[in-house]
Amino acid sequence: MEIDPLIFRLSIFILSIFVGYYVVWSVTPSLHTPLMSVTNAISSVIIVGAIIAGLSGNSDSVFNTSSIFGFLAIALAAINIFGGFLVTQRMLAMYKKKKKEKK
Amino acid sequence: MISANLSAIFYLVSGVLFILALRGLSSPETSRQGNFFGILGMIIAVTVTFLSTGNFSSGFVYVLIFILVGGSIGAFIAYRIPMTAMPELVAGFHSLVGLAAVFVAISAFLNPEAFNLGKPGSIKLGSLIEMSIGAAVGAITFSGSVIAFLKLQGIMSGSPITFKGQHPLNAIILISIIILIYLLCSTQSSNLFWILLAVSFLIGFLLIIPIGGADMPVVISMLNSYSGWAAAGIGFTLENTALIITGALVGSSGAILSYIMCKGMNRSFFNVILGGFGATDEKSSSSSKEQRPVKSGNADDAAFLMKNASSVIIVPGYGMAVAQAQHALREMVDTLKKNDIKVSYAIHPVAGRMPGHMNVLLAEANVPYDEVFELEEINNDFANADVAFVIGANDVTNPVAKTDPQSPIYGMPVLDVEKCKSVLFVKRSLSPGYAGIDNDLFYKENTLMLFADAKKMTEDITKNL
Repeated sequence: MEIDPLIFRLSIFILSIFVGYYVVWSVTPSLHTPLMSVTNAISSVIIVGAIIAGLSGNSDSVFNTSSIFGFLAIALAAINIFGGFLVTQRMLAMYKKKKKEKK
Repeated sequence: MISANLSAIFYLVSGVLFILALRGLSSPETSRQGNFFGILGMIIAVTVTFLSTGNFSSGFVYVLIFILVGGSIGAFIAYRIPMTAMPELVAGFHSLVGLAAVFVAISAFLNPEAFNLGKPGSIKLGSLIEMSIGAAVGAITFSGSVIAFLKLQGIMSGSPITFKGQHPLNAIILISIIILIYLLCSTQSSNLFWILLAVSFLIGFLLIIPIGGADMPVVISMLNSYSGWAAAGIGFTLENTALIITGALVGSSGAILSYIMCKGMNRSFFNVILGGFGATDEKSSSSSKEQRPVKSGNADDAAFLMKNASSVIIVPGYGMAVAQAQHALREMVDTLKKNDIKVSYAIHPVAGRMPGHMNVLLAEANVPYDEVFELEEINNDFANADVAFVIGANDVTNPVAKTDPQSPIYGMPVLDVEKCKSVLFVKRSLSPGYAGIDNDLFYKENTLMLFADAKKMTEDITKNL
């Protein structure tokens, strides 16, 4: 009896939800905004699907309806990846502790 | 070209790095390292995708060009955006994730062979289900986030838009989405696929328009969650571990944030989603508004009160963000500290327009994060503090939430501002807050109202200190 690979993916999915649940509860409330911007950035890993779609055209015709949607998705996801990580970086750089603030 | 197994392992690695990225956010010290893990995970995922397609033809150049174009736009936005506009930015980014998910699903539907999903017209059943769910959720995320963005940006009115038969209509549309997915899977008809997308865009729009401005923290968190589930749906279609893990992480993250926000308002999730909170209360509040005496003062009085205090608690709210008063506020606090006055900040979970909104603004103004406290941490300190300085907050300080079971905000956790020896309330007018109810705090013996723009008033107080 073979187990459908779907079941394995489903297991990963369910376990990841639990991991996410515990990890996110441990995020300090003062960092909830960076949490949102970073989750935004990482969910743009959807770009891997977009890249496959973009490269689906053959060598004579790079652009077909399918690959054009892929390219558009690449651009959208790239905005998110760069924008998301950089704005998170910018925000996190502002969180400082008391003391040793020269000014 | 690397083997499918090897690339699957790398995708797993990037999934783990994403978990570490979120884990890093448990404290500000580790957060920057966490962000670095996230970036590393993304680089690995993209590189492995390139290697596994093994296609370095002309198409590859276009992929790089589109990444570059999108990346520069993203980087430009990230550096230019003011911190007060963070909620709009996040809503905007959510819409992009949603739309990207839709585009990938369209692409996979039109050319399933590229993804190993079968032939057009006979896509594998499982993949088709996953794909259509991913596309539908992505479309809802997109149109919902666009509306949230427009509302936050002020292009669209923040007040709820309701009409008769709204809920039945939404219910019918949601049911029709399920039926459409079922029909699509049994017929493989591309027309049904387009209809499904159109209907999903429509429902995203309809779900968000009845939700008012101050409920935005819930909406943004909810859309955050949706963008995760959309990514996970696509991840199942593409059989990609990194995408499945990430989708699950983001999905649960958004769900937890929505839960925290709802609890901060003592409202059920459905109550918020069904919307119309602000609209119904407007009339009742204006009719019951009798003239009650308030004490109002100027910057001089406020400065006098604070100068003679030994501890001050600052309660910031959305009004501070609107007035961009965070820097002026920090200057005032600096002056207070020079006079040996203890200052701390109290932040209500739903202050502002998104989770953690106030914390970011204070951090931007160089307020050390260990002076900033959450509701549970600081609520007992109000009784011992001399002055509470409420700047741009309203409903979250309203004692009526504790005393009047008739009030729409009854049961909502509030900051015990009234326990302070004196309360300074910076506000532009006596108008009620978002919930449409009068704040009893305005009329208390020990409350001094400071009617002015938050930024200007804070600056004036600093001058008088």
